Amino acid sequence: MATATVEEKKVAAPKEPIFGRKERQLLSDPLDLNNPITVQVLGICSALAVTVQMKPALFMALGVTFVTMMSNFFISLLRNSIPSRVRIIVQLAVVSTFVILVDQILKAYFYDVSKQLSVFVGLIVTNCIIMGRLEAFAMGNKPFPSLIDGLGNGLGYGAILMIVAFFREIFGSGSVFGFKVFDAMGINYIGNGVLVIPAGASIVIGLVIWAQRARNGQVEEE
Amino acid sequence: MQRSNSYILTFVFVLTVVCGTLLSLAYEALKDKQAANVAFEKRKFILTTFMGPEAVGALTNEAVNAKYDEMVKPVVINAGGEETADVADNINVAKQYKVDSADRLLPLYLIKGAEGYEYFVMPVFGKGLWDDVWGYVALEKDMNTIKGVVFDHKGETPGLGARITTPEIQSRYVGKQIKDEAGNVVSVTMNKGENGGGDKSIAAFQDKPHNVDGMSGATLTGNGLNTMMDTYLKAYNNYFKKLNSATALN
Repeated sequence: MATATVEEKKVAAPKEPIFGRKERQLLSDPLDLNNPITVQVLGICSALAVTVQMKPALFMALGVTFVTMMSNFFISLLRNSIPSRVRIIVQLAVVSTFVILVDQILKAYFYDVSKQLSVFVGLIVTNCIIMGRLEAFAMGNKPFPSLIDGLGNGLGYGAILMIVAFFREIFGSGSVFGFKVFDAMGINYIGNGVLVIPAGASIVIGLVIWAQRARNGQVEEE
Repeated sequence: MQRSNSYILTFVFVLTVVCGTLLSLAYEALKDKQAANVAFEKRKFILTTFMGPEAVGALTNEAVNAKYDEMVKPVVINAGGEETADVADNINVAKQYKVDSADRLLPLYLIKGAEGYEYFVMPVFGKGLWDDVWGYVALEKDMNTIKGVVFDHKGETPGLGARITTPEIQSRYVGKQIKDEAGNVVSVTMNKGENGGGDKSIAAFQDKPHNVDGMSGATLTGNGLNTMMDTYLKAYNNYFKKLNSATALN
């Protein structure tokens, strides 16, 4: 699906010798030109579900980023010894381990967030972005680029999550991170109920995809 | 590259051991913290049943603990309605649910007000559509009118059955009566179908003291709630019958 080959000037990353142009591209591509949600249209279900408010969306974004990074890294380390006949189940085992870790840590230190995210933390296992990156990148690349690729894709997912959650929370409930902005400005704002339900998320994601594709001039191939 | 079966089996075995060890270590390291969160949440739930979600939400964690210690007196009763010497915090309602109802131990939380005990908070437990559902029900001093309820669940569907955790659904139970005119426990039943949600749902059931509006798309979770309420309200009634005959409440 994603065939954006346009070469653009990339956002300058901190100058580190180990962090060359290739790594920068691994990090920046998923943020825009090859975004997992808006361009590859992966991981949509959780993006619809956890974006009612910004706080759970942020934790979900961090959780997914952690899981993509770590599983990309470890699968890449093991890539030459993983038997290809059972590679999917091996990937799944590694991903599940990290997802359960995230879930346990949330339960211990961010109990209210863990309740809000409920089953969606567990469902990170089925997030197509993670398995997609493992199959498409980590199985054929070295650990460090895989780690960066995981970070980039996690951040790309997280960025869209935060944009969608921002619009849904501010227009749906009149707040940002739970802070009642309209009340603070003295405006009596009545929340738009459509944005609170998943259909509202679908509309907002659609608009984000439209805006992004219009800007990048990207069209679907026939 | 094609690997031998024994290589694959060894690889998978080692991977399983490594992942399993890692997860059990994480669980061991975090379980005390998690248990403390659950215990604290229980205190919050109990306060919420009679104070309302907004008042409890405004309290700091310290204030929740202080309020709980000040107002709540936990006791344990048996199926016959007699107080036992057990400690309520040691009773696991989920485990007791599996015990035969005649041998079940039931924790009960008596809420002290300015003039003696004002509310009774009962833990309830049952099965929703996918997994466990549980909650707390507060009765007024008349042992009939519901002051408030809190429900929680393990695996109900977000947006459908999981709505039982929202104040919108829980507020539908406020003011309902668990006994008919003859004094028999008839519980409070959630109907099928939904009359518009929010205030409309409450208004539609205003003159039905033993029914509340349902949740559209979550009738089976609602049925689970109904069974749970019915089972436990009847079980606790043995205690209330004794309390009625022994006049002194304080």
